[in-house]
Amino acid sequence: MLEEARNRWHPIASTSDLPHRHVFHGQLMGREFAVWRADDGFVNVWENRCLHRGVRLSIGINDGRELKCQYHGWRYANRTAGCTYIPAHPADAPARTITNRTFPAVERYGLVWSAEEPIGEVPDIAGLAECDLLVLRAIPVNAPAGRVIERLKAHRFQPSGKLDAADGEISVEAAQEFSIALRSRYGGSETLAVFFVQPVDSNRSVIRGVLDHGVQGAGRIAVLRHHNERLSALRDLAEREAAAAPAPAPIEPVYERVSPELAELPELTTHGRKAALRVTVSKKWPAADGIAGFELRPVKGLLPTFHPGAHIDVHMPNGEIRQYSITNGPGETDRFVIGVKLERDSKGGSKCMHETVREGDVLAISEPRNNFPLRRDAVKTLFVAGGIGITPLLAMAQALKNQNLAYELHYFAQTEAQLAFPDRLEPLGNALKPHLGLSPEQTGAALRELLSSYKRDMHLYICGPGPMLEAARAVAAEQGWPETAVHFEYFKNTNMIDDSSSFQVALARSCVTLKVPAGKTILEAMREAGIDMPSSCEQGACGTCLATVIEGEPDHQDVYLSRSERESGTKIMTCVSRAKSARLVLDI
Amino acid sequence: MNTRKCTDPVVLNLWHPIGAIDETPAGIVVETVLLEERVSLAKTADNVVAVWRSRPDLRAGDTVEIASIADRLPAKLAYGYVWTSLGSPPQDIFPIPEYAEGDRRKLNAATIGVNVSAPRAIENFLDMGHFPYVHTDILGVEPHTEVKEYDVEISVDRDEILATRCRFFQPMASTASDGGADVDYVYRVPHPFCSVLYKSSPLDETRRDVIAVFLQPVDQEHVRAHMMLCVLDEDNEDKVIKRFQQTIFGQDKPILENQVPKRLPLDPRAETPIRADKSAIAYRRWLSQKGVTYGVIPAAA
Repeated sequence: MLEEARNRWHPIASTSDLPHRHVFHGQLMGREFAVWRADDGFVNVWENRCLHRGVRLSIGINDGRELKCQYHGWRYANRTAGCTYIPAHPADAPARTITNRTFPAVERYGLVWSAEEPIGEVPDIAGLAECDLLVLRAIPVNAPAGRVIERLKAHRFQPSGKLDAADGEISVEAAQEFSIALRSRYGGSETLAVFFVQPVDSNRSVIRGVLDHGVQGAGRIAVLRHHNERLSALRDLAEREAAAAPAPAPIEPVYERVSPELAELPELTTHGRKAALRVTVSKKWPAADGIAGFELRPVKGLLPTFHPGAHIDVHMPNGEIRQYSITNGPGETDRFVIGVKLERDSKGGSKCMHETVREGDVLAISEPRNNFPLRRDAVKTLFVAGGIGITPLLAMAQALKNQNLAYELHYFAQTEAQLAFPDRLEPLGNALKPHLGLSPEQTGAALRELLSSYKRDMHLYICGPGPMLEAARAVAAEQGWPETAVHFEYFKNTNMIDDSSSFQVALARSCVTLKVPAGKTILEAMREAGIDMPSSCEQGACGTCLATVIEGEPDHQDVYLSRSERESGTKIMTCVSRAKSARLVLDI
Repeated sequence: MNTRKCTDPVVLNLWHPIGAIDETPAGIVVETVLLEERVSLAKTADNVVAVWRSRPDLRAGDTVEIASIADRLPAKLAYGYVWTSLGSPPQDIFPIPEYAEGDRRKLNAATIGVNVSAPRAIENFLDMGHFPYVHTDILGVEPHTEVKEYDVEISVDRDEILATRCRFFQPMASTASDGGADVDYVYRVPHPFCSVLYKSSPLDETRRDVIAVFLQPVDQEHVRAHMMLCVLDEDNEDKVIKRFQQTIFGQDKPILENQVPKRLPLDPRAETPIRADKSAIAYRRWLSQKGVTYGVIPAAA
């Protein structure tokens, strides 16, 4: 019976158990759930355990977009249940695979339904309309569900309009393993009551009753009280019977094990795998002068969890691949929103997105990768955006706003009409500081002013066109910002790539030595040797193909690594950088 | 689930704390539960102690002549507590040399019942990442949430876990200055159910306050936590020092009681460790290596 019960839909809560920003503790067959509604209306039914140390998520905090664990502040996203932030390690993006177990949720008949492994849909109940129902108070019973159903077969109640009359006539309309429909008639009045019995555990149940008609005003309380009294009497009987029988052992829920890679202590950096997702362009609109906004929704299933600062590769109909940052705020997990600026000298990327791609088109995209992670342990965070460089910083600003952390978003653009995503900028209020129509000199002066206030534990994030980014980094260094507090992302690598050298690459963990001739990249040489290495922009800007150097001297040609990372000689971007030494040993 | 009494030989042969000596009345029987068995203890006015399996002729509250008690369990007095064992315990209890320093205040801050296994409580004691969330504005505060790299070793000759170079940002780090600062911690786990913490003293930067938690396993999922303080403090009354520690522990208790499952899973894939959990990972391995089965869910072989 239990195996079958696992495949059925059961009510686990009443809709009214999920008020604004509450987390409800539900239970089905020994398994606990954390049930919460996000501000966008989505009902999440999750395993009631933080993946980190097993603390119940039902004591966590629902901020409307994410659920935060009470113990260590881990944040899990609405809908995907993916972990978006681990405060103990602010510089790292959490591994994408840290995702809590989710269960399906359907709201019907004023109840929230779920199942461990459902087969089919939530049952249709003859005689219950979707609206104008009266959901009775849930009655917990210390007795097995089967015993409660047996008792309900002899249950009696009055039609809602005739509470004080003599006994109504009761007919059993339908009876199943976990539900029973009873109709009470008296003198032309009749009421259909459907009682669902939620199997909480082997010896515990909840009776959830629904009447076919709502009752308004003072009569409502009288009807509720009537059913309360009748069901309470039924509970006493069922519990007395159950107490006389030997109690069945409680059901021990089986918790899924975490993936082997999560059980190991993670490396300091993690990199994603390649995987193509299919999305539909559900909306395309002018997000600003010269910038098109795209809303991408999954063709099926859920999108993976993203972190602020993450980008996706978009595979275009013309075969080009481009990287675009996700602008979403936290918990907006049903779609990815990106902004694409039409480049004057477009080689087919932005032009294709602007001119060819339309609403309804299906695109292939990569999973989100985050090589520009946001720390959330700063006493204050400054964001400096130039033009379309707003996109990753917009996601970051929305995340900090949601957590009430201090930040300023300085947005440099020529005109107000060029400020992208006004609908997302507006809620940021005074934290948004637009700088409009400035010459390069004026921009320099503005940067000097806004970067003059460095204090310990402040962090700076910059994204924009190359020259502006260079200027901002130079000003930050001048004003005493330590390199570790300055984070940046280039759109593209404008350096001239010199690929004339030839050298050897030894891959220490793979026990392979490869020749990299002039004209070929390390990444290409590895791929030819059948070694899979994640990559994204393949021009030394995004950071995806980062490798650790064990021996040899790298010839850096990327724009991703910081000065000290370059000087340390321990990291290399394999898509553009090469070797100055005859041999390079990589930790791959 | 807890009908079976302890059959774990490792745990049976340990010394376990069963009560603070200062809170034990002289000449009167006190009863408690250890590893699901009722045990009784009593002391003389000059702190000679006796411990025995409870029996009907000597009930809690009865007056008793210590010398007359037969069939005793092993008993020891250490760090202000009475310790006993249901098996064959080692000669000595682990050392805390600072306890012998004459200028320290030594107190039982509290004995608190908690509905959790002893190993879960030890992990909580070793954990710094929860300070800003559970001990907000006392031991930590957002946004200072980073757990910086620290070192952990399992000392073979002393058979204990040692975590050093631990630092965590604490608001009001000292009474002398009002700003926050990193505070240094050293953690020892010298016993499967006991841990000792050394924390920079706000009064003397060359010395450290010692705070220990000694867990009395009542059963696999319940403990009595004995909080020992051995601190440098000449000014505050006992109750002030105790109250601080009781506040901290009171904040941890509801979290501990909401951990699922209550016993500590030793399967490395049962939960998700991060680098900040290095000491907890070492602790879980150490328990596995010792073959501890009580209060844990052993990894499948």
